Amino acid sequence: MSDTFQWLYSPIVKEHFTNPKNVFDPDEGFEGDAEGVVGNIKCGDQMMFMLKIKDDLITDVRWKTYGCASAIASTSMLSEVIKGMPIRQAYSIKPSDIASRLGGLPENKIHCSVLGDKALRAAIDGYLDERGRSGEFKGEDAVVVCNCLNITDKDIEQAVKDGARNWEQLQAATKIGTVCGSCKPRAEELLHEYAHIFGN
Amino acid sequence: MDNRFVYMDYNATTPLRDEVKARMIEDFDIFANASSMHEAGRRARDRVEKARAQVAALIGAADPRSILFTSGGSESNNTVFNTMYDLGRGPGGRRKIVTTAIEHPCVMNAARRLSDEGFPVVFLGVDGRGRIDLNELESELDPARSTGGPALLVSVMAANNEIGTVQDMKAVSALAKAAGAYFHTDAVQAAGKMAVDVSSWGVDYLTLSCHKIYGPKGVGALYVRKGVPAEPLIRGGHQELGIRAGTYNNQGILGFGLAAELAARDLDSFAERLRSLRERLKEGISASVPDIRINGHPTEVLPNTLNVSFPGAEGEAILLSLDLEGIEVSTGSACASGSLEPSHVLMATGVGPEMAHGSIRFSMGRGSREEDVDYVVEKLAPIIKRLRRMSTIAPAVAAQACRD
Repeated sequence: MSDTFQWLYSPIVKEHFTNPKNVFDPDEGFEGDAEGVVGNIKCGDQMMFMLKIKDDLITDVRWKTYGCASAIASTSMLSEVIKGMPIRQAYSIKPSDIASRLGGLPENKIHCSVLGDKALRAAIDGYLDERGRSGEFKGEDAVVVCNCLNITDKDIEQAVKDGARNWEQLQAATKIGTVCGSCKPRAEELLHEYAHIFGN
Repeated sequence: MDNRFVYMDYNATTPLRDEVKARMIEDFDIFANASSMHEAGRRARDRVEKARAQVAALIGAADPRSILFTSGGSESNNTVFNTMYDLGRGPGGRRKIVTTAIEHPCVMNAARRLSDEGFPVVFLGVDGRGRIDLNELESELDPARSTGGPALLVSVMAANNEIGTVQDMKAVSALAKAAGAYFHTDAVQAAGKMAVDVSSWGVDYLTLSCHKIYGPKGVGALYVRKGVPAEPLIRGGHQELGIRAGTYNNQGILGFGLAAELAARDLDSFAERLRSLRERLKEGISASVPDIRINGHPTEVLPNTLNVSFPGAEGEAILLSLDLEGIEVSTGSACASGSLEPSHVLMATGVGPEMAHGSIRFSMGRGSREEDVDYVVEKLAPIIKRLRRMSTIAPAVAAQACRD
């Protein structure tokens, strides 16, 4: 409606939605050193990141997104943030970092539409794999969920990527929650979140 | 940026008609309780009863006493399902409920509640155009060919809010009657846009909402055919034959009455004009945007509703891009639904999640003009092109996937 009426999201989201930065253009001839895609079309979001990397530094980036306004804006913002950043540092960027740079996003939008960090990690993982450096950054950004068995969010993410879709399958894969069990609510939240992102 | 404002979300709600607004404002001094016996109360009551006759006339109900005023469509629908709960909760009686997979959430959730209470509930599927299969309905109503015993209620919406598909009311009614079941229809979207006739349709219960026909919000009605049971959802005083307690919403009901009378008066010319606008919009979009899918039925459809999928572009992004151009529409995308699920209506038509996420509903109304349609078409094409260009999904691939 009128410009005086507040938009649905922050002015920064609006700017990145209407004028996204570093969008991949097939006519431009951009050639990346690494590429990562994540997302689930069933849920309505998918992202692709292409990186140019020199001496472990991200020198340039392009992306594509199928998704809502906040998905487009968050990917655009992330692409600006990581330019010139060491891949090790880029690897640990979290959705909440992007959301706060965007001037905030509704809670339900953070896990749903901020997939850029996962696409970015997928691209970096691929880059490391090709150079015989698989898993070099794994665990650096991990947060412990199950204190009894020292199981992290990354372990849950990996279990979901390997096919776990419910609590029993997650336990079978990680032994999570088999001691005191107090981590179950948080672990189930993460399970749901990763199943949304990586499930098909 | 243009400062144009093009409202194309009339199925969500409609603006108050000038005549209705003026009449309501004039009437606001009539404050008396319409249940009071004194003169002021009788004066207020007289307006309520006149409105009842006006609403009855809109749906071809011979007896105005068959109209019960409620707070809106959700309450009317819930009253019917609550009545079914009371009828079927005891031992031995009919309990089976047959409805569709594309009903409004208030019917879906009222039916699910009966299912939770142990009632056999069937949600009939629809074809790719959004129509139920009458043979399937017939078989669900035949205890020899289906489970759940004889049916208590058949509830099928007259016209769908999202895709506009109109069901064959007479055929559904005939099957329900033959099976000895009550027949309810949610006619919230049909009223004022197509002929609604309780006698030729043979309905026992029919739901109406006032704010969809250019009247005020917070008022609705339930038609209950004479002799058919109805239990109160809201208990209290003796208003509305004891079926719906609560002090009369004098001005809301008065506005509903006038809105209904005007809707009935204008129906033919309104529907014809809207049908031509819909065609113009459909042709305009088809000519300027490649790889689209027009959802819903090609002919059995509301004259004002056009639902289009733009594979490769996501619905919320399209909606907000149009919003920035002053165009107001709605989408079946999960991003707009508050859940992770896209439109249950489009999913029921089998188009697949890509088409549902990329769907936009254009619903036009009294204020819509040809130049509005042209403006929408002009703004839409570059928006879709831009979103598809930055998308990971190619539209042709998505369209192909949905045909398979």
